[in-house]
Amino acid sequence: MRTIKFIIQKEFKQIFRNKSMLPMIFVIPLVQLLVLVNAATFEIKNIDLIIVDKDLSSTSRQLTAKFNGSAFFNVVKTTFSVQQAEDYLYQDIGDLVLVIPQNFEKQLVKNQKADIQLLINAIDGVVAGLSNYYATSIIAGLNKEVITRWYGVSKGNSAYKQISIQYSHWYNPELNYKTFMVPGILVLLITNIGLFLAGMNLVREKEIGTIEQINVTPIKKHHFIIGKLIPFWIISLFELALGLIIGKLVFDIPIIGSLWLVFSVTAIYMLVVLAIGLFISTITENQLQAMFFAFFFNLVFILMSGLFTAVESMPTWGQILNKINPIAYFIRVMRMVLLKGSTFIDILPEIISLSMFAVLMFSLAVWNYRKTS
Amino acid sequence: MVKKEKVIQVKNLVKKFGDFVANDHLTFDVYKGEIFGFLGANGAGKTTAIRILCGLSIPTSGDISVAGFDAYTQTENIKKNIGYMSQKFSLYEDLTITENIKFYAGIYGLSDKEIKQKSDKLIQKFNLSDKKNKLIKSLPLGWKQKLAFSIAIIHNPKIVFLDEPTGGVDPITRRQFWDLIYEAADAGITVFVTTHYMDEAEYCNRLSIMVDGKIEALDTPENLIKQYKVDNMDQVFLKLARKTNA
Repeated sequence: MRTIKFIIQKEFKQIFRNKSMLPMIFVIPLVQLLVLVNAATFEIKNIDLIIVDKDLSSTSRQLTAKFNGSAFFNVVKTTFSVQQAEDYLYQDIGDLVLVIPQNFEKQLVKNQKADIQLLINAIDGVVAGLSNYYATSIIAGLNKEVITRWYGVSKGNSAYKQISIQYSHWYNPELNYKTFMVPGILVLLITNIGLFLAGMNLVREKEIGTIEQINVTPIKKHHFIIGKLIPFWIISLFELALGLIIGKLVFDIPIIGSLWLVFSVTAIYMLVVLAIGLFISTITENQLQAMFFAFFFNLVFILMSGLFTAVESMPTWGQILNKINPIAYFIRVMRMVLLKGSTFIDILPEIISLSMFAVLMFSLAVWNYRKTS
Repeated sequence: MVKKEKVIQVKNLVKKFGDFVANDHLTFDVYKGEIFGFLGANGAGKTTAIRILCGLSIPTSGDISVAGFDAYTQTENIKKNIGYMSQKFSLYEDLTITENIKFYAGIYGLSDKEIKQKSDKLIQKFNLSDKKNKLIKSLPLGWKQKLAFSIAIIHNPKIVFLDEPTGGVDPITRRQFWDLIYEAADAGITVFVTTHYMDEAEYCNRLSIMVDGKIEALDTPENLIKQYKVDNMDQVFLKLARKTNA
């Protein structure tokens, strides 16, 4: 055990003597949280709209005014030519074209029915779907107004026959996107820092040759790996604390569950991440290789994790693959505990899985670290 | 010199890397307290052999025992009883002199009191009290090598292996380095040293000369000079190297 103490002392000295380390520890979390949480949003605002109003009636003006007044749309061009509007779409000047045909109002009065055309740039399917949804609800709003104004409200009125749905949003009643993102970005943050710091560390000793001197001592392999792991483990927990403080102060994220639980699960999770990092260190020869490996794992695990996309909508094989993705478990735990206030029992399955990963990866790292070749 | 206890016994040591035979049936013994020179041209297989004796590499075949332990199965026991200093400089450049001493002494299991004593003694011996909190990287190479050697024997090992310890160092510092080696040998530590410098070879009690993975000669420097009917070790070495090239 004393050996571990000497390794930890040495690692801490080296970490803090490295001039790029302190900025990394303090600046990265700030930048990641402030930039990513604000920028990585799925809320779609400012959809650039092109209006082709061939009718120029009071109803068509009422409709364009509704679009103009909406926070989601931004009218960038108006034209009378569909051809021209298509060109704008092609040139990426707008995302959505609203075509109101001639005699729109007349048709509506005469046939109680009229058509409107929407042309949507659907390169990004999610954006296109949401644009369509927003536009459709604005048009439906107009529809309702027209019916009310022209026919009045009566029992036989089809518009009021529909089932009305009462809903309430639980755990994030304001549907605040940042509330959802902050826990995820926190996970990203400590994962990155842990994986890269640990991944670079041992392999650096290989590069400068000091590993040879270590290997010729009677040091126990697991002592060495534990000694390498603990400093980064402490730094990661510190990063989490820093991130939570920023999340609370800047984004006012709810912290409903127990902080003890958050830190305890993080402690287990970081063992997994750091052991993966050290394992990468043992299978690579230099820092460049280690960097590529760490980057690869990081990218795949994060994109699969459910941070940006829902795991439930992944193909079955993707969901199965996620069973070996520690980040997926941890993001789920963080959201559950921080936002829903889940307790130990609720997240017990995740805790068990993460603990198993921790044991497995740590054993792999120790096993693959060779003192004798 | 009284030849009594054998601390290293090597019989038919073979190490192959694929088809390449780096060590071809090496056989030699090293006695307690002697300075054993291990000579050879670049690529002759010296480093391979030294790595096997240190438990860093497993031999392909042969009977090898170091400090009484088997080089196949008891590498960790060997490591407790040896010190090692490689041609690649091995102290931590971003730690200070005292921090390096403390770290290595610590992982060899010395007590806090011993660490303090050894550290003070070393700093006093090298007159480094004004530099003890300087980073290793700020020291000249000669100092680094002398410190690395002192740290390699900080746990009083039975044997210390030195792999080209004086590479790139000026003659005066080399001389000082050899004073340290003699001091260690006097204290009962067996010294196993590889070198390119033939003047250094003459400082050894016994020498082996390796050519292309084989030991071509093994005796005291005086006997070798006599045997090959030349004036100095330089000529012995050239004669042996030329023999295989012809």
